[in-house]
Amino acid sequence: MAILTARNVYKNFDGTEVLKGISLDVEQGEVLTIIGPSGSGKSTLLRCITQLETIDRGEITICGEPLVKSGTSRSAVYADRAARNRIALQIGLVFQNFNLFPHFSVLRNITEAPVHVLGQKKAEAETHARKLLKKMELSDKEDAYPCQLSGGQQQRVSIARALAMNPELLFFDEPTSALDPELTGEILKVIRELAAEHMTMVVVTHEMAFARDVADKVVFMADGTIVEQGTPAQVFGNTQSERTKSFLARFNES
Amino acid sequence: MNYSVLLSQMLEASLMSLRIFFVTLLFSVPLGLLAAAGRRTKVKFIQLPVRLYILFMRGTPLMLQLLFIFYGLKPLTGIQLDRVLAAQVAFVLNYAAYFAEIFRGGIDAVPQGQYEAARVLGFTRQQTFFRIVLPQVCKMILPPMSNEVINLVKDTSLAQVIGVTELLRVTSDWVSSAVSMAPFAIAAVFYLAMNAVVTRCFTVAEKRLNYYR
Ligand SMILES: Nc1ncnc2c1ncn2[C@@H]1O[C@H](COP(=O)(O)OP(=O)(O)OP(=O)(O)O)[C@@H](O)[C@H]1O
Ligand SMILES: [Mg+2]
Repeated sequence: MAILTARNVYKNFDGTEVLKGISLDVEQGEVLTIIGPSGSGKSTLLRCITQLETIDRGEITICGEPLVKSGTSRSAVYADRAARNRIALQIGLVFQNFNLFPHFSVLRNITEAPVHVLGQKKAEAETHARKLLKKMELSDKEDAYPCQLSGGQQQRVSIARALAMNPELLFFDEPTSALDPELTGEILKVIRELAAEHMTMVVVTHEMAFARDVADKVVFMADGTIVEQGTPAQVFGNTQSERTKSFLARFNES
Repeated sequence: MNYSVLLSQMLEASLMSLRIFFVTLLFSVPLGLLAAAGRRTKVKFIQLPVRLYILFMRGTPLMLQLLFIFYGLKPLTGIQLDRVLAAQVAFVLNYAAYFAEIFRGGIDAVPQGQYEAARVLGFTRQQTFFRIVLPQVCKMILPPMSNEVINLVKDTSLAQVIGVTELLRVTSDWVSSAVSMAPFAIAAVFYLAMNAVVTRCFTVAEKRLNYYR
């Protein structure tokens, strides 16, 4: 079953087309990685799907529920607010720079939304949060504040915060780009573990080896379009487009 | 010079100064928050009047505002406020404008990523404001707020221009009639003590919010 389908998604900022007809599918339990040069629209695509931006036209369906449909006059028609909120709750997003709430302890960062958005009991939310912290190997940090943690630890808290909402689909926008190289590994390990548990994920990354190894499907984006997509073997092993080849060549050099 | 009469009159007058101080704080903080919201909204017919209000309040002397509200309202609207109420209204309107700009600066300084994280987690706009944004704003605005509150302690003396018998008015009356410097010293001690308390409160608040960055 497709958890996410996007069809012909267009988005412009002040007249500049940033997404020029993006179509992709993510199946249940699948890991999709998105690679591509800076400015190709990867973040914008994620932000459109997570409702941080609105699209100009195209269709997005999440867990069978339409978020946006094509209208008659080439414009996008969004679902009503209740449906948009319902859809938003199916989705988690992990940011490049964590965006933890600095005034809350680690535990409260994780429990705040389950308690006040989902209406969970505090004790129930804390039990779940502690389970997630254990998984992130941060059990001893539940009373710490974000400013007392390393970047890698902060990113693991933010992953736990997203998982606490039990999303059907989890997005990562360059989750390791704000980290020192030696901390990158601990985040990639967490994502690999989630993949092994068949968490459905879409990961934008500049870590090519990781994009190849963890993915069921790889998408290469450039200039607001999907240039190439397929299995890692297809995209990395049997590259079709020249654009993709030259992009990957630069990574193989370094 | 009769010291017990002097002291009891100065005490009474300092209570009036304190009253102006506390009533102003009590009303100008929420009004300032509202004005900050109005200043930040994209709705032009709210934003524009709020901007004019802030411009006027910060751009003209508080003394002029006091005089206008006490003497100028009657010919324009037929409303005559009593001296203390007029002083109160002027102080609240004036300080709310300053607070509004401080709050606005604080709200703008909360990183966009905080709103986005809250949004993706499903918080409503109100929840985002009260749970995520406001606590962070409170921490950021403490230093500029402490400046304004210290100013307010001293500005209460301006109420005398519309005949409110606050501390400095009584002080100068005594100085001119008794030809003594003692009332000056007593008034200075009062303002200093008030501001010592204010400073202490803000220091404690800053310390308590120091647990995060
Ligand atoms: N809010 C915005 N307003 C105007 N232009 C924007 C905005 N957000 C993104 N853009 C532009 O859209 C284009 C795509 O940006 P986007 O951030 O999606 O790229 P990206 O693929 O994520 O790049 P990177 O790998 O550097 O993160 C860029 O040219 C960028 O300047
Ligand atoms: Mg990006």
